[in-house]
Amino acid sequence: MRVLIVEDDAVLRDGLRVGLGIGGFNTDAVETCEEADAVLKNHEFDALVLDLMLPDGSGLDVLKSMRERRDTTPVLLLTARDRVADRIVGLDAGADDYLGKPFDLDEVAARLRALLRRAAGRPGARLEWNGLSLDPAKQKVEQDGKPVHLSRREYAVLHTLMAHPGQILSRSRIEEKLYGWQEEVESNAIEVHIHHLRAKLGSDAIQTVRGIGYRLGGEM
Amino acid sequence: MPSISKRLFIILAVTTSLVWLSAVVWIYLSTRAEVERVLDARLMEAGRMVSSLIVSQEIVVDSTPSSTTGLPLRAYSTYDRQLSCQIWSLQGALIGRSDGAPDERLSEHADGFSETVIGGETWRVYAVTNEELGVRVLVGDSMWIRDRLVNDVIRGLLLPALLILPILGGLIWLSVRRGLEPLRKIAGDLETRHASDLSPIDGAATATEIAPVLHSLNGLFARVAGLRERERNFTAFAAHELRTPLAGLKTQAQVALASDDAAIRKQALSQIVIGVDRTSRLVRQLLDMSSLEAFDQVERKGSVRAGPVLRALAEELADPVREVTVEISPALDMLTVEIEPELFTLAARNLLENAVNHSPQSGVVRCRAAETGGIVIEDDGPGIPQEELPRITERFFRGRHKAAVGSGLGLAIVELALGRSGWQLQLFNRETGGLSAVIGVHA
Repeated sequence: MRVLIVEDDAVLRDGLRVGLGIGGFNTDAVETCEEADAVLKNHEFDALVLDLMLPDGSGLDVLKSMRERRDTTPVLLLTARDRVADRIVGLDAGADDYLGKPFDLDEVAARLRALLRRAAGRPGARLEWNGLSLDPAKQKVEQDGKPVHLSRREYAVLHTLMAHPGQILSRSRIEEKLYGWQEEVESNAIEVHIHHLRAKLGSDAIQTVRGIGYRLGGEM
Repeated sequence: MPSISKRLFIILAVTTSLVWLSAVVWIYLSTRAEVERVLDARLMEAGRMVSSLIVSQEIVVDSTPSSTTGLPLRAYSTYDRQLSCQIWSLQGALIGRSDGAPDERLSEHADGFSETVIGGETWRVYAVTNEELGVRVLVGDSMWIRDRLVNDVIRGLLLPALLILPILGGLIWLSVRRGLEPLRKIAGDLETRHASDLSPIDGAATATEIAPVLHSLNGLFARVAGLRERERNFTAFAAHELRTPLAGLKTQAQVALASDDAAIRKQALSQIVIGVDRTSRLVRQLLDMSSLEAFDQVERKGSVRAGPVLRALAEELADPVREVTVEISPALDMLTVEIEPELFTLAARNLLENAVNHSPQSGVVRCRAAETGGIVIEDDGPGIPQEELPRITERFFRGRHKAAVGSGLGLAIVELALGRSGWQLQLFNRETGGLSAVIGVHA
């Protein structure tokens, strides 16, 4: 799950980037409104963690212009101003959730998962498909009740596919979800991860649709 | 606690009583003199009258000393036995006397007025000698009567006064209370108002004497309210500004706790060190700011030699890791600036700190004397984007080219500190790159 962090404080930005990475998110981080606007226009994110006080303006402006572009990406506002009135302004501007500083890293992750679940219209926290069960909070996968051990990247690929059940996802779309824009991606990285996943989950767990991409095997 | 109304009442009561008393004394003296004059005139008149009556034979003067003649002389019914008359022969025999007149001779003198004590009583006597008939007429009245007359007049004055004085006292008391009503109203206002209520007292209807007091009270209220407001803003700002670094510290600590990867943990811990440095600098600057703000109206005088201060700061602030050095021109050692030393150090520290923090690897920060008599501090950093220059000294404003440890307070502190001594800060982007900060006298 790819998350963009917009925060100007270097220590906090780095902490969120690394911390949410440990929590199973693929994170990118920027520090100004201008950068955030540019990145949001050119990349797709599953969620946005947005600070309100930025050096070149308010995070609310980033939020408003996103919503004007009909960008429905879930937004979690982080701010030092957490009076009720501030929260109302933030939520009315199009934010999906609000956290006052200082916050708990685990809570940020939990709220992001809740936002992603709501955005996908899923009722429960777990993602289920054909005997596969993925718990985003624990980053654990089970197949027919038995735990399956996956690497971080393998887990991320499976998470991406299970978040879009039945859909065919192109290789580049999966890459987008997995890697930050600064990261070098080897051309066959996704194929390698899919190969490993098939080895662990069974060869028909993931189907290759020639020339288009991948999807989960079997029917709902 | 002395009460103004009590004081006023006592002053007014005492002075009124004194005026009354002196009036009474004056009336007593003048009445006494008048009574004396009138009664003396009457004595004289009576004496002459008796004498002339003897002359016209209307009174037969028996030459035998035993016979007595009553003289019914009554001036006022209330004052019985006012006048006594004796007629003596020149040989010294009592020829006649009025009712109630003493047997003893009233006076030994020949003519005019005299005073004699007879039987313990003082008499005022007028003597007329009638050489023709060989008699001397003595007319006298008792001084006691005169005293009584005067005393009656004074009593007539004092009795109503005794009645009136309490009433007067009551009136004075009421007037004082009414006169002090505006004061009592303000005191009541102040007493009933809540300790945190700093709204001005309504002085529209008050007396002109109290207006200055009210004015300065309201001024004080306004100053205290302003100070409190600033404190509140400042506390809110400080609390707000501390939240982000605290959030950073907590997040990094949680990263260090959650990760099994030694490299990630090490990195998180070094971020925590940076975060603590930044937070302690922020706290120090918040304290500087608050002490600068506490006495915002006071201009502080003093002067300091710029060179040594800058040299000491440079030694402390230079960054050997990034090989940033600070050069101080020798001319500054000769330069004395009219800035209170503590304020100058505060301003210089923040400017040098900014310059060092924004300098690139192996950058040089140069301090030199300005042609205008001030000090220039230059760095090789990225400067400040032109559109941010007007806002850069706002507190908590952090531009895009901020240093990792920047709090957004440094330049605000510099401006405040210099302003306290009547100096100002000017910032220019140098044409060759970097920022030039000029400490100069206010234009």
